[in-house]
Amino acid sequence: MSFGWLLRRLGLVFYTMLVVSVIVFGITQVLPADAATTLLGENATAEALAAVRARLGLDQSAVIQYWHWLSGVLTGDFGTSMRTGQPVAPVLMLALGRSLLVAVCALLLVVVLAVPLGVVAALRRGGAIDLGAGLLSYLGVSLPEFVTGTLLLMLLADWLGWLPATGYVALSDDPVDAARHLVLPVLTVSLVLMAHISRMVRSETVDVLHSDYIRAARLKGVPPGRVVIGHVLRNAMLPVVTVLALDVGYLLGGIIVVEEIFAIPGIGRAVITSITSRDLPTLQAAALIMAATYALANLLADMALGVLDPRIRYD
Amino acid sequence: MTEILRRLWRTLQGRLGLMLLLIILLACLFGPALAPFDPEAIDFMGRYAAPSVRHWLGGDQLGRDVFSRLLWGARTTVPLALLATLGGTIVGAVIGTASAFWGGRVDEAIMRTVDAVMAIPGLLMALLIVGTLGAGSGNAALAVAIAFVPSMARITRSVALSVRRLDYVGAALARGEGAGWIVLAEMLPNVIAPIVVETTIRVAFAVMVFATLSFLGLGAQPPAADWGLMAAEARRTLHQAPWTMIGPAGAIALTAIGFNLLGDGLRDALNPRDER
Repeated sequence: MSFGWLLRRLGLVFYTMLVVSVIVFGITQVLPADAATTLLGENATAEALAAVRARLGLDQSAVIQYWHWLSGVLTGDFGTSMRTGQPVAPVLMLALGRSLLVAVCALLLVVVLAVPLGVVAALRRGGAIDLGAGLLSYLGVSLPEFVTGTLLLMLLADWLGWLPATGYVALSDDPVDAARHLVLPVLTVSLVLMAHISRMVRSETVDVLHSDYIRAARLKGVPPGRVVIGHVLRNAMLPVVTVLALDVGYLLGGIIVVEEIFAIPGIGRAVITSITSRDLPTLQAAALIMAATYALANLLADMALGVLDPRIRYD
Repeated sequence: MTEILRRLWRTLQGRLGLMLLLIILLACLFGPALAPFDPEAIDFMGRYAAPSVRHWLGGDQLGRDVFSRLLWGARTTVPLALLATLGGTIVGAVIGTASAFWGGRVDEAIMRTVDAVMAIPGLLMALLIVGTLGAGSGNAALAVAIAFVPSMARITRSVALSVRRLDYVGAALARGEGAGWIVLAEMLPNVIAPIVVETTIRVAFAVMVFATLSFLGLGAQPPAADWGLMAAEARRTLHQAPWTMIGPAGAIALTAIGFNLLGDGLRDALNPRDER
């Protein structure tokens, strides 16, 4: 991994964020809500509205408004929320932390459960585990999160009473209670990913199992356990890293829904409330932060691939 | 075409998928004729009615027959998901094919931009668009279509790149045909097959995004018999009547499984050597 490659890759992240900022600003700018009316209410006088518009720069052209917004964003100033009057950035950073906790736990769960499941299914094709995993993955990609989340909530919280239903507890307040509150959202959001990744691992493993180097390893008498761990897994994992990073986009979408169901004050919830309350600065910042998370996750995946696969040389 | 259908029928997934989708097609065509009740007839005595011989899937919070509403709702839910997926696919396929045709710097610029747009999660993109245009089924369909464009462009481009090198594209260029004609009439028809698989699976995804938008209050609006909206409404009354969820959730799941199975079957049917 050369310095030049990293620089070019960072340039791509920068370009991505520029495109995203244009799209987000462009879309939200057309929102049929006049910020001045939102701030002052329906009964404001025309002069007061004009004054607020001038103060917010709303009387200027879209390009100039975009420029003002972008230069603010670049210096870390995401504006003030129209709903609360507070600066957007600190509130959203706090929310992002809560969402990332859910996201990272979900990704870990997917790696720990879906990868072994896919490998076992591939090793014993047509066996009970293969068929069961296949069936589960069809179910996993066939119900929207708000349905699976609700069903899990009814089963594990209402009927069995094992877990608290909704709400958020900070890790620093009570780690055990916080973990108990995390189980349902993490489980819900990772179901779809588990279905996708276990299928992917299965088909990659089947491909690798058919390759010449595996036959060679077996013929020269490498023990079966070492063939699977050292040869099969290592090669089958490479595309999975890339797909997992691409799935972060789906994960972020799922988190929006899950935070709404389980009342977690994360960045997804901020998106929904800012849409319903027409709070443009918060919506723009939240969308930018989500896209940045995706872009960085993919940068990390590319770097991880460079470390894992000596054949890939970035120069 | 019949050859592909026969091969499709021979795969387990293809057969199951075709049968499921046939049921859904019948519901779309004849649903209103088959429905035993008026989908909007309110019956206060029958609120939260449990499933019975009279109401197969029970009654909802207004006493409307869930089974009848499902049959009526098939007509709006399924075709809308198909339409949105097709729209997104066509636009994405044209962008991807054109990018592969031009190649070089233009291709690089288009693909980097497509990658950048993909950084906005699909659901977030849909939310931004519906938030702008206002809640409703039509706007939700447009939002889903737009959200599908970048990934379809990416997939199409990878297929079209191999077609670009073939002789008939060179011949068309030598004949002096325009770029638009070559992209639309020469290349696009030859990249359709692999895209069909992806599109089929995407329809399942579209059904779910629609349902999710309805759940968030931004999709279909009451009293529509949209499946996603019905599931969202059932969710709110889950404690009084858990069974109202069975109908809409089951219908969504069967549709999604049907399209997923059909897509997997088609992939096998189009790749005879691939024995996975």
